[in-house]
Amino acid sequence: MALAIGCRARPGKARDNRTGSWRVFRPIYDDAKCSRCGMCRTICPEGCITEDAEGRFVPDYAYCKGCGLCAAECPKDAIEMKQEEK
Amino acid sequence: MAEKTCELFEAGHRACGGCGAALAARLVTKAAGTDTIVVSSTGCMEVFSTPYPETAWKVPWIHSLFENAAAVASGIEASLKKQGRSEKVVIMAGDGATFDIGMISISGAFERGHDFTYVCYDNEAYMNTGIQRSGATPYDASTTTSPAGSCSMGNKRPKKDMPQILAAHGAPYVATASIAYPADLLQKIERAIKTKGPCYIQLHAPCCTGWGFEGEQTIAVAKLAIETGLWVNYEMVDGKITKVKKVVRKPVEEYLKTQKRFRHLFKPKRQDAEIALIQAIADKNAEKYGIDIKLKKE
Amino acid sequence: MMQMLEGSLAVAEAVKMSRPQVVSAYPITPQTHIVEALAEMVANCELDAEYITVENELSALSACVGASAAGSRTYSATTSQGLMLMAEVVFNAAGMRLPIIMSIANRAMGAPLSIWNDMQDSISLRDAGWLQFYAEDNQEATDLHYLAYKVAEDHTIQLPAFVCFDGFILSHTYEPVDMLTQEEVDRFLPKFTPYQRLDAADPISFGMYATPEYYPEFRYEMDKALRRSRDLIAKAGKEFGTLFGRDYSALVEGYRLDDAETAIVTMGSLGGTVKDAIDEMRAEGKRVGQLKIRVYRPFPAEEIAKILSHVKCVVVLDKNISLGSKGAVGLEVRDALYGSGIPVRNVVLGLGGRDVRKRNIREIVTQTEKGVGELFYGLRTEVL
Repeated sequence: MALAIGCRARPGKARDNRTGSWRVFRPIYDDAKCSRCGMCRTICPEGCITEDAEGRFVPDYAYCKGCGLCAAECPKDAIEMKQEEK
Repeated sequence: MAEKTCELFEAGHRACGGCGAALAARLVTKAAGTDTIVVSSTGCMEVFSTPYPETAWKVPWIHSLFENAAAVASGIEASLKKQGRSEKVVIMAGDGATFDIGMISISGAFERGHDFTYVCYDNEAYMNTGIQRSGATPYDASTTTSPAGSCSMGNKRPKKDMPQILAAHGAPYVATASIAYPADLLQKIERAIKTKGPCYIQLHAPCCTGWGFEGEQTIAVAKLAIETGLWVNYEMVDGKITKVKKVVRKPVEEYLKTQKRFRHLFKPKRQDAEIALIQAIADKNAEKYGIDIKLKKE
Repeated sequence: MMQMLEGSLAVAEAVKMSRPQVVSAYPITPQTHIVEALAEMVANCELDAEYITVENELSALSACVGASAAGSRTYSATTSQGLMLMAEVVFNAAGMRLPIIMSIANRAMGAPLSIWNDMQDSISLRDAGWLQFYAEDNQEATDLHYLAYKVAEDHTIQLPAFVCFDGFILSHTYEPVDMLTQEEVDRFLPKFTPYQRLDAADPISFGMYATPEYYPEFRYEMDKALRRSRDLIAKAGKEFGTLFGRDYSALVEGYRLDDAETAIVTMGSLGGTVKDAIDEMRAEGKRVGQLKIRVYRPFPAEEIAKILSHVKCVVVLDKNISLGSKGAVGLEVRDALYGSGIPVRNVVLGLGGRDVRKRNIREIVTQTEKGVGELFYGLRTEVL
């Protein structure tokens, strides 16, 4: 396959790199505590937290690196970081 | 209308977990929208976002060299003008690329008055090459080229005042911001993009790996920088300060204690004289920018 | 139309008629007359371009990188110290595959500081991946710009190009030049259509980094494109000849070479002096001819081997020196003739503006015939 001229690329391929495999701690949401403020989505460095139809925020574990920023910044302490089981 | 709901900086990038620069890229592109061309300098952000053929950028993006982002942006802006195109040009460069190696090219571009927004994501050292000091490294921070040692307290100089330098170039809009205050950052980016001429935003973006703290603390550390007065968020319009974030100030050691780069100020023994010097920097900032909220009790 | 023009002004006219959309340059002797003339053309609305007055050469070429990536035809000009200051961008622009055209008014490299002519500047950047054209006279200096744009911008090439001409000797000399009209240039050089561009409607990342898994292939592709440009130059050069009577299809050009025993290899304005010297020597019965290299990158090794196959001896005149080795052109000509058994003598001369005259050329030929002579020609005797 020929390479893209000048080391260029269109978007899309970054998602081939599934950074979820880096994760040691997994964010677990407590739906009862969550106030739906969306802070976790705003500050996620991966941009991998989305809002579902019911207004709940859901991390995409394929990309979540488990940094814990969402848990640390959640104003309701609704996110707990739990060690991944291998 | 620029699309602002989707992610323009995609997951899959190779930044460390809890990376302040990655969050900066996400927030800046979100505020800038799809009608934007991003110019990056060489550096951590460039490397973690674009290993061929994986690019995290969903807006048109270009990287040429370390020191020339402002000149590349000048050329893009001139070309767009000539073609009658509407895209906005946003530079995303680190503090080394901005304070040090890119200084001439930035000065030239600001003096010529090109219409672009220059965002310096400031993590206060050369992180990509392994945490060497830059002109943005704060006083006493230990880096790999300003290490603390038996006869050194780390970096000997305070941060260069880049916003003031660019305001002196006649930049119509200059602001400082922090990833700890996303709403404020988004507003400032939008304002800079709307303002004609060369605008500068210096964005505090802590680096967990380089500063030595856990990734979950990135925002907490950035907040402490503001709350201690070691980082001041303000806006300058036509060289005059128009808005400052006020705080009830905390002692600087609350910020310093969170990071390994300042560990030598506390271990093996507490360096009271040095901490007092850093407190004096914060006090001077407080006086200069008027950041202190006076509590009624006092 | 035949006009009496200073080299720099003739080049500036040619650049104007090539319709660059963004011009970015920084003044440096002996390139200044070109950028002054272009600024005047922009000021008088004769040239519809954005003219960026940058703060140094590194930014001059960097601005061209940005403008070219954004989809504009771009132009810059420099020489010597300025070229070296932008060296990092020179490699970068080629790797990013941006068809920028830059005039080089060839000048020596300091120290010692010298504003005068040799070719050390552009030859030192021979490995950067740019096409390199060298003009013998001001006619070529102008025409080669049209050719350079046409070849560089071809979607199968996408590489930048230097158009080199000797500082002062050509840039500041008045010569009769047959200038094309705008209509003629437009007939030869189509409107710029970028291969790809920075565009919000079709976002592309330019200038990503390559890991060891990809890097060698990117270099290979650049080398292939540069080699491919040979055929494009031949095609465009022939078309130019058909349209305007001056055929630039050959990368090298022979002069009285068919029955020559000794061939003198030259680049740039030296060619004119050598031709005159050859005429004199021919009148005296010496079978001497000239091979002029007009395109140095891609290097026309096969063409050189073919055109020189019958000669008994070759002398290559180099206005540059790879210190501690030899002249750059000499080394490559020797490589091109490897296995032919033809002896190749390399002579370094004309450095830092030292005049080269007909009698010097005649002396070099005599030395070569006798098998004497050093690498450096014509040095002051006190250093020997």
